[in-house]
Amino acid sequence: MNEPTDQGRFGKYGGMFVPETLIPACEELETAFRKAWGSPDFRKELDDLLRDYAGRPSPLTKCERLSEELGFQVVLKREDLNHTGSHKINNVLGQALLAKRMGKTRLVAETGAGQHGVATATAAALFGMECVVYMGEVDIERQALNVFRMHLLGADVRSAVSGSRTLKDAINEAMRDWVATVEDSHYCLGSVMGPHPYPWMVREFHRVIGNEAHRQCLDVLGKIPDVVTACVGGGSNAIGIFSGFIDTEAELVGVEPAGGAAIERGIPGVVHGSLSYLLQDEWGQVLEAESISAGLDYPGIGPEHAYLADTGRARYEKVADSEVVEAFQLLSRTEGIIPALEPAHALAWMSRDREFLSGKTVLLNLSGRGDKDAMQMMEVLG
Amino acid sequence: MSSRHEGIEVALTAKMQQGGKCLVPYITGGFDGYLEAISAAADAGADAIEIGIPFSDPVMDGPTIQMANDVVLSKGITPAQILQDIASLDVDIPLAVMTYYNVVYRYGLERFASSLKEVAISGAILPDLPLREAKPWIDATEKNSIETILLAAPTTTDRQLPEICENSSGFVYAVGLLGITGAREELASSAQVIAKRCKEITNKPVLVGVGIGNPRQAQEIAEIADGCIVGSAIVQKLLDGGGPESVGKFVSEFRTALDAI
Repeated sequence: MNEPTDQGRFGKYGGMFVPETLIPACEELETAFRKAWGSPDFRKELDDLLRDYAGRPSPLTKCERLSEELGFQVVLKREDLNHTGSHKINNVLGQALLAKRMGKTRLVAETGAGQHGVATATAAALFGMECVVYMGEVDIERQALNVFRMHLLGADVRSAVSGSRTLKDAINEAMRDWVATVEDSHYCLGSVMGPHPYPWMVREFHRVIGNEAHRQCLDVLGKIPDVVTACVGGGSNAIGIFSGFIDTEAELVGVEPAGGAAIERGIPGVVHGSLSYLLQDEWGQVLEAESISAGLDYPGIGPEHAYLADTGRARYEKVADSEVVEAFQLLSRTEGIIPALEPAHALAWMSRDREFLSGKTVLLNLSGRGDKDAMQMMEVLG
Repeated sequence: MSSRHEGIEVALTAKMQQGGKCLVPYITGGFDGYLEAISAAADAGADAIEIGIPFSDPVMDGPTIQMANDVVLSKGITPAQILQDIASLDVDIPLAVMTYYNVVYRYGLERFASSLKEVAISGAILPDLPLREAKPWIDATEKNSIETILLAAPTTTDRQLPEICENSSGFVYAVGLLGITGAREELASSAQVIAKRCKEITNKPVLVGVGIGNPRQAQEIAEIADGCIVGSAIVQKLLDGGGPESVGKFVSEFRTALDAI
């Protein structure tokens, strides 16, 4: 995967559509990231943290019983086993380390399901930084456990009460905070979206997923998988694993919730700093996504995914909430792994398209564990 | 030709040449009574008026303007309806719209520019379209001579500020503080600093907005700047149910304060 253009574009997507107040901060961040990413010192410090604190590399697990049930070979990249329970920690440790180098003392973040918020609060605690996390009022209710975890970690969790009161509105609030605090705060954005350099920087911080998985597939399977799949909200875990296979023959499949299928139902538009596919009405008002999973409840998608979709290098499927609930139970029952609802989307697609996948080897990025969803699923499953 | 058609920069420059200070109120388009409020503001001595076209995700706006936005959006009022309303509006001062880039992008850049021209709106303020992304829009406005008012922020570097001032037309919108729209108790010291920085490098009108909520603050900033934009404090009058009269009365207080300089 290449760097975006000087204008921060992947094809025509991306850019830096933020108030002039934030332009110097975004440009400064781009310069700082470029320098850090090329610095052996920074890379070593981050690698050490990923190994000693986050527990990388995450394992690759061959699924005997699930493979038997589905009729094709499934391997899981176990991002659920990272510290804090999801892939989000990769990006957050990178950004927090960078923020520290830039002399910032405060981290601002948005969160949907709470995984990115927990990861940011964790990094803030580790580095002794102040942390404010914006979360939609609706999500605060459905993800009470993660709210409690963030409080334990010393973060100030603030409720976003405007609009749909979910992830989209939490991002608006985080950006408004950053506009006012840009001198001492770093906006620790949680996905491959937002203004340049975020889509590129966050991808680079998650590239470790794909790099490890590529190596592990060669070790464990003796080959590259036929299909690599991941769920997509903003799309950070998907970009992370795709990046390790973009130059291979593997088919890349992103899976969106039916109620937030930006690639299929979206139209190019600008929100939260970049141009990408976006669910919007005919006047450009952003529509509310609807999903059982708070982490995928987002009407847009990262600009590089829009580019991968247009060029045909990746394709994007969508699944219904009911299929996700089944997949959630399927993995729990067959492999003893309770997945987060987000990666259960990718599994739901695999389960539905099992005929197409028959005889193939599929690598699924299991981006998070399901503990956070247990309460919600208790209600759903009665 | 009425001054509504001369454009914002011509009108504001004329005001400056007469030794006056410029007053630009902001009113949320589509809000109950907004057309009467615009007329009342014009009658009360506004030099130009900024009309907000509500957007679902206004990242530069604080709670007051967000709330007015939500009221309008929940009624299903569209940008086209607001433009249509304005076409029949009988005011004799230039008008600008303030909205977010996706509204324009979805409309089509050329189409939006020509729609503004058709209803005699002179300018546009797009707070999430910074100079580095503005070229396609500015190119699209040329045929219709729509003025694009660019924002200069307290964080804008000395390298970028001259480019912003040079490419801005209508006036330079100096953002008075680090933050989003909304009235504040005191005028931020950053307001004077950014106004001074802009005045040093441009002959275009420099108006300060964001954080100007009362006549005293307007007077204070106009000692340095060529005038100010008053948004949230006016929209709050409408939200409080004061109607167009309260807007007219409030604007005339600002007028008096600025005329006393």
